[in-house]
Amino acid sequence: MKRSLVYIVLIIFCFILQATVFRSFSFAGIVPNLLIIVTASLGFMRGARTGLAVGFLCGLLMDIFFGDVIGFHALLYMYIGFINGLLTGFFFPERIKQPLFMITLSNIFYGMLSYLILFMMRGRFNFNFYLINVILPEVVYTVLAALILYPLILWLDGLLDGRNNKAVTTVNDL
Amino acid sequence: MSPIIKQKGERYKLPDRYLLFILTVICLGLIILTLYTDYISRPLGFVAGRVIVPMQSGLSHVGSYLGGRRDELANIRDLLAENERLREQLDILTLENTLYKQDRYELANLRILYELDSMYADYEKVGARIIARDPGNWFHSFTIDKGYEDGLAEDMNILAGAGLIGRIVRVGPNWSRVITIIADNSNVSGQVLATEDNLIVRGNRELYADGVIEFEQLIDNADRVVVGDKIVTSIISDKYLPGILIGYITQISRDANNLTKSGQLAPAVDFERLSEVLVITELKQSIED
Repeated sequence: MKRSLVYIVLIIFCFILQATVFRSFSFAGIVPNLLIIVTASLGFMRGARTGLAVGFLCGLLMDIFFGDVIGFHALLYMYIGFINGLLTGFFFPERIKQPLFMITLSNIFYGMLSYLILFMMRGRFNFNFYLINVILPEVVYTVLAALILYPLILWLDGLLDGRNNKAVTTVNDL
Repeated sequence: MSPIIKQKGERYKLPDRYLLFILTVICLGLIILTLYTDYISRPLGFVAGRVIVPMQSGLSHVGSYLGGRRDELANIRDLLAENERLREQLDILTLENTLYKQDRYELANLRILYELDSMYADYEKVGARIIARDPGNWFHSFTIDKGYEDGLAEDMNILAGAGLIGRIVRVGPNWSRVITIIADNSNVSGQVLATEDNLIVRGNRELYADGVIEFEQLIDNADRVVVGDKIVTSIISDKYLPGILIGYITQISRDANNLTKSGQLAPAVDFERLSEVLVITELKQSIED
């Protein structure tokens, strides 16, 4: 219960941050995708169930405020959370390299599907443009943001588990 | 982990893949419902508006403040160089010159205001503040801090500065979502002011960086439309009120079919530096009314 509440607050916080403060800090109009970071990292930290629930909530928020149809982003984020959750056993969340890799993959997956469904279906076939100007910059920016946000989420998770005795993983472990 | 075999004393727990399946069906249902009806978006928008919007309004102030500071820092080198240059000029400049500049600035502002006011004087307008922008990188939309409690409704037109920004596509109690004319999925029926030829203005993600959008389906056999012509919303548009300035043609070319023309136009509004907008609280009359 307490955990769910903390996660909901985290999601809302990241959503608002992404839509307001980060918009003012965008490079060439590109903002990092904080919600992907939250979805993917909670997914492989806590398992498929948490992953899909968190993803669903993140997507739903996006849809209500900025989606043309409600449910599209919810579906996309939910599957990203679920797939990340399936990898729970194989990864050590404390080693930042692996989560970063998964966040990168998730973001590329998200970008590709968004392009396919929202743009290519409407006859925008210049894939190279969208890859270079939208998808890849977003991935790079998201990974940079994840370097800060991921240890925070890990720390928060440890706090909820009551296992924050040893030092939190940092970038040094790269 | 079978869903059927339940161990004694253990609480029944739905397997993850079933949950995934159920939520997938719910999502698909929501997509279909919102595509064809209005049942879902209203209540969801109400709840979300009560929880999220107050926080958004606060944080977007912080964001624009910090963004302003960043711009200041980025400009500091230019400013230093300019400062030095200006110091040298300062001795040469006379009081008359300053006064003259002030007068000219004032005159330009008054001219713009006068033009805007007389252009759209007939429409009732209310001001609104932008509180959040699309967190994705694909489209260009934002939310404003007024909703149906303030008398706004879907399809109301949004203005800023000298021209059209877009229209409201979803309203909550205290927020509305505005889709801009430069978003890739938006189309506006427009016309060339000078010749009254109709055309379609389309947003284009690929042209964002150049600060232009595209238009197409202009029939102009007499070659009367030229670069620099004003494009305004057309009288046949069913969402937009007629005669609102959209932008100026920057490039025009004949299509391969040799019948129509297409090209690019520069919007009259700077979409990157928006903070307040005007909402026209008047809807275009449609045939059903």
